[in-house]
Amino acid sequence: MEYFVELFLGGLTRGSIYALIALGYTMVYGIIQLINFAHGEIYMIGAFTALIISSVLSLLGLNTIAIFVIASFVAVIYSSAYGFTVEKIAYKPLRHAPRLSALISAIGMSMFLYNYVLLAQTSDFLPFPNNIPEFKFMEPYSHIFSSTELVILTTTTVVMILLGLLIKCTRIGKAMRATAQDRDMAMLVGIDVNRVISVTFVVGSATAALGGVLIASHIGQINYFIGFIAGIKAFVAAVLGGIGSVPGAVLGSFVLGWTESFATGYVSSDYEDVFAFIFLVLILIFRPAGILGRSTAEKV
Amino acid sequence: MDHFGKVFVKSFFVILIAIAVPGFCFASDTIKLGVAGPHSGDLASYGIPSVKAAELVVKEINAKGGVLGKQVEMLVEDDVCKPEIATNTATKLISRGVHVVLGHICSGATKSAMGLYKDSNIIAMSPSATNPALTQSGDYPNFYRTIASDDAQARLEVDFALNVLKLKKIAVLHDKGDYGKGLAEFARKFLEDSGKAEVVLYEGITPGAVDYSAVVQKIKRSNAEAVIFGGYHPEASKIVGQMRRKKMDTIFISDDGVKDDTFIKVAGKDAEGVYATGPMDTSKNPMTQSANEAHKKAYGSDPGAFFLNAYAATLALLNAIEKAGSTDYDAISKALKTEYVETPLGKISFDERGDATGIGFSMYQVQNGVYVELK
Repeated sequence: MEYFVELFLGGLTRGSIYALIALGYTMVYGIIQLINFAHGEIYMIGAFTALIISSVLSLLGLNTIAIFVIASFVAVIYSSAYGFTVEKIAYKPLRHAPRLSALISAIGMSMFLYNYVLLAQTSDFLPFPNNIPEFKFMEPYSHIFSSTELVILTTTTVVMILLGLLIKCTRIGKAMRATAQDRDMAMLVGIDVNRVISVTFVVGSATAALGGVLIASHIGQINYFIGFIAGIKAFVAAVLGGIGSVPGAVLGSFVLGWTESFATGYVSSDYEDVFAFIFLVLILIFRPAGILGRSTAEKV
Repeated sequence: MDHFGKVFVKSFFVILIAIAVPGFCFASDTIKLGVAGPHSGDLASYGIPSVKAAELVVKEINAKGGVLGKQVEMLVEDDVCKPEIATNTATKLISRGVHVVLGHICSGATKSAMGLYKDSNIIAMSPSATNPALTQSGDYPNFYRTIASDDAQARLEVDFALNVLKLKKIAVLHDKGDYGKGLAEFARKFLEDSGKAEVVLYEGITPGAVDYSAVVQKIKRSNAEAVIFGGYHPEASKIVGQMRRKKMDTIFISDDGVKDDTFIKVAGKDAEGVYATGPMDTSKNPMTQSANEAHKKAYGSDPGAFFLNAYAATLALLNAIEKAGSTDYDAISKALKTEYVETPLGKISFDERGDATGIGFSMYQVQNGVYVELK
């Protein structure tokens, strides 16, 4: 039973990270029907920024919690700026081009960003300081669930709730929903669609950067290529849950996290990815739009 | 249009010949040493030291008048350790007319490139590819190496676990790659054959996964006293880190893919106590000392992984050409197998299968942030 709980919590942590990245995919897709392949790179840039900031701050001798909070904050701001710029450079000029062009532009942007980090930083793996403190009250459970995992889970939950509030209760959230439903109509009733799209990119990048900082603290190392695999997995999670749907992305991420964790735990880690993708295929056979996705008739 | 087309075709051929002719001329002027390995990407730390080793040896030999009275020229190509790219690398080197190749670095990349070299009668010598099949299968007659094969490492790891640490329950993990899985399979086989210990878990992990907590839980549940891991340092440091964070003190034994200073840098204090096999310490050898000094002088730093193996391989290749008196495939092969050469790794020659004689492994342990050889 303890083993089951351990795997369950491990899957939950993994799912939380996927969820933070998957949100960006699903929100962008919901608004402009683009799969933003450069999203995984934003996550990686978030982790790198946090590493640089925390190295600088630790020289100043701040305490670790302050370093962690400031570094995460700067990483979020900086990555949001990246997300904003990427949209302006790579996607906005292609807004009225065929969808395939924007997709290829996204792949190009992804390659550009990770090669840029490779050249500007290093190809080596770098140690990432774990500035998340070991909580006293977690001590008896630390062999099952570490403080870092607790922080990941709490942060994800808080971010989800805030995002839910943003979409449901604010003016910009309303504008986002309107744009997602019908962009042209939203424009006609006076919504600044360009601003809505920018905000979507900024919010998506912010959550991805947060995910990057958290996972890097958890596993203690980063390199320029971490965004690729995490990005692919989060994309799968978004599709699993129903791309375009925010609760779907979260659910899909947890389902994917658990599938991988239990497949490794009870079968074999050789087949971790196999099980994850079999699950994806099965869900798409029975619910082609994903778990929570709404299938919409294509307007011809 | 027709006239213009003819002129265009003619001038095209003229240009082609103009480019090709000097190429042929140069081909006979120098001995061309290809150097292939990862020079960029996340495994670059395994490949770049070999380029530096070759540069130092070539500079020294050229200063003494070269090989067969000709200067040695280096052609360096990057394969980023990927088999699918290594074939391009090999094709590029062959088309540029290399006589011998130092490389490749990773076993998978080496395997995919060897066939191309074989078809062009080119000998390749790797300082680091340890996959047993490269010499033992007989499929790669043009392959030589200045490092012992994986089964030698697996044998040492298992002997160490059984006889020195006296362990009874061992988990064997690998990264599903040619190198890691090959090593893990040997380790499992040796463990089972010995009958002294039980293999409680045998698993492949996904390289580059977001985390390994599920695998770590599984190791914990299997009650393994030690993990023998076949693979490279990025995964090793993640697994060790996650084990220590889960308060597990399971012993970690690995291979020379982990015996890299990057591992200690990334894993930090979690690296303490980790065992890894690596080439024997030859720092007492005067040639080693002068090679290391030359590296320090030329590049201002200590040499990296496989530097001495690459240094020895370059010496062996160029010495064989000198002794053979030509760059002919058969003559070089014969010289490699019959002539001894003084290298930083000792006096070496090659056996029938292409393995260097007199080269072996030692067990190392991380103590206070450095790898220390255990006697």
